Amino acid sequence: MTDRTESQASSRRQFLKSSLLGGVAIAGAAASGRAAAAGEPLITEVQEWNQYPGEGVGTRPYGQPSQFEQHVVRKTVPWLTADAISSVSFTPLHELDGIITPSGLCFERHHGGIAEINSTDHRLMINGLVEKQLVFTMADLKRFPRENRVYFLECAANSGMEWRGAQLNGVQFTHGMLHCVMHTGVRLKHLLDEAGLRTSGKWILAEGADASAMTRSIPIEKALDDCIVAFAMNGEALRPEQGYPLRLVVPGWEGNMWVKWLRRLEVGDQPWQQREETSKYTDLLPNGKARRFTFSMDVKSVITNPSPQSPITHGKGHTVLTGLAWSGAGAISRVDISIDGGRNWKTARLDGPSFSKALHRFYHEFDWDGSELFLQSRAMDDQGFIQPTKDELRSVRGANSIYHNNGIQTWHVGKDGVVENVEIS
Amino acid sequence: GDGVVLKLGRTATEDEIAAWDIDVRPDGVGLPVGHGTVSQGEQIFDEKCASCHGDFGEAVGRWPVLAGGQGTLQNDRPEKTIGSYWPYLSTVYDYVRRAMPFTNPRSLSNDEVYALTAYVLYLNDVVQDDTFELSNENFTAVRLPNEANFTQDDRLSEPHYANRRDPCMSSCVPGKAQITTHAAVLDVTPEDAGTDD
Repeated sequence: MTDRTESQASSRRQFLKSSLLGGVAIAGAAASGRAAAAGEPLITEVQEWNQYPGEGVGTRPYGQPSQFEQHVVRKTVPWLTADAISSVSFTPLHELDGIITPSGLCFERHHGGIAEINSTDHRLMINGLVEKQLVFTMADLKRFPRENRVYFLECAANSGMEWRGAQLNGVQFTHGMLHCVMHTGVRLKHLLDEAGLRTSGKWILAEGADASAMTRSIPIEKALDDCIVAFAMNGEALRPEQGYPLRLVVPGWEGNMWVKWLRRLEVGDQPWQQREETSKYTDLLPNGKARRFTFSMDVKSVITNPSPQSPITHGKGHTVLTGLAWSGAGAISRVDISIDGGRNWKTARLDGPSFSKALHRFYHEFDWDGSELFLQSRAMDDQGFIQPTKDELRSVRGANSIYHNNGIQTWHVGKDGVVENVEIS
Repeated sequence: GDGVVLKLGRTATEDEIAAWDIDVRPDGVGLPVGHGTVSQGEQIFDEKCASCHGDFGEAVGRWPVLAGGQGTLQNDRPEKTIGSYWPYLSTVYDYVRRAMPFTNPRSLSNDEVYALTAYVLYLNDVVQDDTFELSNENFTAVRLPNEANFTQDDRLSEPHYANRRDPCMSSCVPGKAQITTHAAVLDVTPEDAGTDD
């Protein structure tokens, strides 16, 4: 590690420099514009978009974001995994607002790449401890009663790289295995009713059609409660990378269980102990034992702006702080904000819809005096659970759990407005 | 809901169920008839697995390690393998048959999967005899070393969840915050991750 000191230092300088130059460039342009007594050329001179008509309708049959927003994309961390087929990309949380994640920006987690399946070729089978073993086409599934629900989906490993300390310098990387969309589909209970559950049925196995044939065991109580077999997200068909044409929605529970390209549901009397619930998605504790079936995603929050990828560039004065809070146990009832590293807290303002097991948007406006800040957010849910600190989690779990890190995040804001991922004492 | 039947879908045939329902449980339910030896498994492993997982399951590069690591689970850097961590042999058979080799899943015969499973047991010193033959008959007699060390989810008994009370709002920690770790100094964030404007 020591021989990396030089390159680490130079890279940090580069990072700071590029962040600062961005801020200076914007401020400089505005200042030079104001300097001319006649006013800003952007206003005093006729601009080309004002002078020439633009493209007509139909030139963009499926619209894309503005060309000036091309930097708002999913990103990867290549060193995390051996290859890109079983890997993850991250949602750019620092560029988003509200609670709905645009479909094309929802993080990806595949274990066998993106399966490309024509919806007319897709089948869903129900077998095992049922009265009638069934096969459904997508057309069949769309004849069941539908429902629309907004839920967050968080990877069990979200923030997992941060267990030992601050590591990745951006909310996209520390918290971006997260999205929240409206899913449309059929309640899983309807499908199980159609097949006729036997009383001995205690677990279901959900299986994907992709090259990893992803499988997870799910308790029957959850299957009958709020799980959905979904074919649409945000009003249109699922994206291929989100399981087109069919995925399982398991509200509040770890993302791995939301099986994509869902092709089979088996009913059994005990769990199957599949690879993704033994080798993976089990949480190692300091005594060498490991928790299994840690399904629920606990109460959590993060400040998305300011954050390392979204520094303060406007200088002192009125500042809008915003972020996201969520809980697998229910709705968020409160979010507290600290600007001094948890010494003192103020309650933030929640804005927008508050759905159970969905993202919640919070804001905190304050007058920044230009001094350094240690920003933290602390969420509470309607079940009374309070987001713990990372130290509280580590004191019980050690640093090798990999999954379920919902500890409070700290961002350090320097006097120059540059923001860094840190841990503090 | 509530038991209503809409008469949608059709009955699955036995052949269809057999084609897709290949999952295997720890009690052996789902195991196909078949067998394979350690030495047969070694040949298949060298040909189809070793390029990623290494000649002895030690792995190449960042690909998964399959063998070794026994006794490391309480270490600062545990090595979690089939021998040191996995609870059930059924998971090995099931996962290899459904998802391996990584670039060509479902290409192995049932006997080949038995042979590979036997070889992985040998690499992990769970069996020492290279003439050992694993079959659907003796499968459930083999137990992996770490089976007993998995516990149920007891997160809600942790103090920060069990002792719920209104959180501190002012003067909660003495002194000024001191930075203990910096992400920017560690410098493992992708180069293009900085600000975009």
